[in-house]
Amino acid sequence: MNIDLTIAIIITMVGASTPLLLAALGELVVEKSGVLNLGIEGMMLTGAVVGFAVTYTTGNPWLGIFAAAIAGASVSMIFAFLTLTLSANQVATGLALTIFGAGFSALFGQPFTGKPIALFKSIFPDSLTEHPILRVFFDYSPLVYFSLFMVFAVYWFLQKTRAGLILRAVGENDHSAHSIGYSVIGVRYGAVAFGGAMAGIGGSCFPLILTPQWVEGLTGGRGWIALALVVFAAWRPGRLLAGAYLFGLIATMELYAKAAGGSFRIIPSELWASLPYLATIIVLVLISIRHKTSSSAPACLGKPFIPN
Amino acid sequence: MKLINRRNALKIGGAAAMLPLIGSNAFAKKDKVKAAFVLIGTPDDNGWNYGHDLGRQEMITALGADRVETTVVTNVAEGPDSERVFRELAQQGHDIIFGTSFGYGDAMLKVAKQFPDVKFEWATGYKTAPNLSIYNARFHEGRSVLGTIAGMMSKTGIGAYIGSFPIPEVVMGINAFHLAARKANPDFITKVVYIDSWNDPAKESDAARALVDQGVDVITQHTDGPAALQVAEERGIIGGFGQGADMSAFAPNAHLTSIIDIWSPYYIKAVKSLLDGNWKEGGSWEGLAGGEVVIGDYNSKVPANVIAAAEAVKAGIIDGSVHPFAGPITDNKGTLRVEAGDVIDDGEFWAVDWYAEGVEA
Repeated sequence: MNIDLTIAIIITMVGASTPLLLAALGELVVEKSGVLNLGIEGMMLTGAVVGFAVTYTTGNPWLGIFAAAIAGASVSMIFAFLTLTLSANQVATGLALTIFGAGFSALFGQPFTGKPIALFKSIFPDSLTEHPILRVFFDYSPLVYFSLFMVFAVYWFLQKTRAGLILRAVGENDHSAHSIGYSVIGVRYGAVAFGGAMAGIGGSCFPLILTPQWVEGLTGGRGWIALALVVFAAWRPGRLLAGAYLFGLIATMELYAKAAGGSFRIIPSELWASLPYLATIIVLVLISIRHKTSSSAPACLGKPFIPN
Repeated sequence: MKLINRRNALKIGGAAAMLPLIGSNAFAKKDKVKAAFVLIGTPDDNGWNYGHDLGRQEMITALGADRVETTVVTNVAEGPDSERVFRELAQQGHDIIFGTSFGYGDAMLKVAKQFPDVKFEWATGYKTAPNLSIYNARFHEGRSVLGTIAGMMSKTGIGAYIGSFPIPEVVMGINAFHLAARKANPDFITKVVYIDSWNDPAKESDAARALVDQGVDVITQHTDGPAALQVAEERGIIGGFGQGADMSAFAPNAHLTSIIDIWSPYYIKAVKSLLDGNWKEGGSWEGLAGGEVVIGDYNSKVPANVIAAAEAVKAGIIDGSVHPFAGPITDNKGTLRVEAGDVIDDGEFWAVDWYAEGVEA
């Protein structure tokens, strides 16, 4: 395989991975606070359609991304109100949020189907983005660099700040956190809003960096892959980055292998397509084997908090 | 089992009881027809569903709103949900129901049996019933025209075909495209990538990127959207084609031309036959000649000699002097599939499960 093709594969892989990484980072923080939000797909679709609509209307992708974050956080607040304030079942409410997001985005997006926008491309000069080697570092949308920054930011927040410690405490033992005076519900509201904003930005990657259009169901089920990624990464931001790029690489290699033809065809496409899920199942098995020694799921994940 | 049968019998009875309301005699002339259209997506998709809805509107214009009244149901998933929709439409007194997706077939055949006096029309279907007709378009004829353009314009000699699923219609679209391209360039290669979906634009885009990164400079696609064309535009390759409708808005430089589906001739014919009282079970499969498959405008960058060649293929298919699948055809494993002087006829069309020599799939 020559160097040009390798670089091309890397660039496509990073693009395919970025929405997964952003949405999964948000969900990681949500789950660390003890909340399981299965509505990622719905929030991503909402972010995708709002990001597209605002970018199309204003011509400014930065505004589009901002609006996508607000939109994702807004719909996540429906989930937060139902599950945190009213203590509704998180699994059922999360699924409902996915269905709501699919329906809302279809309705809201109707006037925007069949309209093109420009891709949100690299802001570096052409001499870097078109350089045969250096473009592997520079030929990306600002959203890609943002996602990498957020990996570090989430890691730093969770591990190095007092607020992160409180968030983890709320997720590991909500009653203890409550008894020493922290607002469990308040922390979780914040986490869910952050998760919604990140899923919204992740969704906006679809029209902004992958395929500059809006159609119904644009995210194509990738919200579920983001959910699997959080488990795959055992709730650690660094592993999440590796996992997102691995999942993106598998998805990208499927297409490059098919396009290359020849001996690559030995692996059937259905196998390529199922690899991310297979990998997640394998990792789940590994986690449960090593359960005693390594930290995995937050102890209060998915349980409603009702102060006694 | 008995209970279910009785329930079905009741339904049929109920439907029969309604018949006097919806038209006393199936073979009599009608003053007005109530037609329903079931779509798998929404008419604003700029592709498949858009084409059907446009056909519906033109049918109303042609026949007059006083003669035909239509109902459109959008976003109907294939499978059990569609069966409910078809039954409801039949119960509501529609005289003719058009199901515009391949996957509606089982549901339509089932409901058609229960409502013998309602006419059903199954787009891209393969099986008829006394009150169920099928209709399709010869999209592959359009593919021959696109292949001619691709073969003449490609500099790398490598074209791509992004498909949804390897169903006969897609396989034959690939063969038609490739065989036409090989007439212009005997070494032409067509790389095929299936994305296992009708609607996953992000995957379609990445497939297009993978193909362009490996030397492809002309892309065509058999999915419902413009995603691959947009990549062609972004990468500045020679180009691609609109599928189902003109998609030049998405790729002003890369959009070489398009295959446009025109369903109105068939919809006018079907509803008119119902008005005239001579609707019959049958199958319709028209193409360039019948005006159901139309080649759109050419991009200004397509050279005059290429347009002339494309138009010649089009004219040849219309007058019968050019056949998209004229022998000799060897498959990509080296077996001679069609002898010189022979063609793949309409009956053999649906059984083809091989690709022509030079197709990498």
